[in-house]
Amino acid sequence: MARFAPGDRVFVREAYPPGHIRTPWYIRGKSGVIERVCGEFRNPEELAYGRDGTPRRTLYRVRFMQREVWDDYAEHPGDTVDIEIYDHWLEPAA
Amino acid sequence: MSRHAHEHEHERHHAHDHSHPPQPDIDSGPMGHYQLMGAALGELLIEKGVITADELRATIELIDGKSPEDGARVVARAWTDPDYRRRLLEDGNAAVDALGVEMPDTHLVVVENTAKVHNVIVCTLCSCYPRMLLGLPPDWYKAHAYRSRVVREPRAVLREFGTELPDDTEIRVHDSTADMRYLVLPRRPDGTEDMNEEELAALVTRDCMIGVSSPKAP
Repeated sequence: MARFAPGDRVFVREAYPPGHIRTPWYIRGKSGVIERVCGEFRNPEELAYGRDGTPRRTLYRVRFMQREVWDDYAEHPGDTVDIEIYDHWLEPAA
Repeated sequence: MSRHAHEHEHERHHAHDHSHPPQPDIDSGPMGHYQLMGAALGELLIEKGVITADELRATIELIDGKSPEDGARVVARAWTDPDYRRRLLEDGNAAVDALGVEMPDTHLVVVENTAKVHNVIVCTLCSCYPRMLLGLPPDWYKAHAYRSRVVREPRAVLREFGTELPDDTEIRVHDSTADMRYLVLPRRPDGTEDMNEEELAALVTRDCMIGVSSPKAP
């Protein structure tokens, strides 16, 4: 069951654990809006070490405003970046 | 010019009183760590009978044989058939499957360029790419420069590719970090109203479907 729905504001955990992580560094600690729920997938952080990747994790596409991602963003203020992020990296944003 | 003819041409133009460095062979340098691991894994799988050498070869041949022409057929169909376009945006896998392109194990997300929004694809973590639809990714797509820059100065990067967008166009970067793969559905160029599907497909290049370029009317 997906915790978030399209339109929900979410915050990406600001954590730097070792290992095979698919959440890019540049987006940790940023907040955005759920663009869509992609479905449930085996967890790549587990698959990378030969485990079966279960329990499956819900994967979302999250849309971020570029000017909120980069302090010095110099292009169009409406520009966005959409990133796929797994459920356990997201928290509800106020 | 044949190699033989070239050598004659070369000799006519300058005497050989100096030496040229040899062009290195593709496999003349030392193998990197991951190349070595890949080769070792392949050999072990064959030795243990998990796969045969011919199966490994055939898989490489299959992947090497994919080309952006498949993606171009999908785009041209979407330009000429509004119902297909709608299906493509709703369920990319089912729509490309209908044109004979199977994408097992990957989920295709199709993003549409409009007058207001231009889409561009990157994988900042590695080089995720819709290979079954576009073939192997170009070297620049895998390079650190593209992966690190397009996500923070996309308009500047597009300009280097010769792509100038209107000032009021928003750029939407898609970072392909996990299980989705992306195809940009470019805008059909003006002046192509009389062209058929096959002629339209010829305008749709690989770079247009990654989003660093736009199709041009002939």
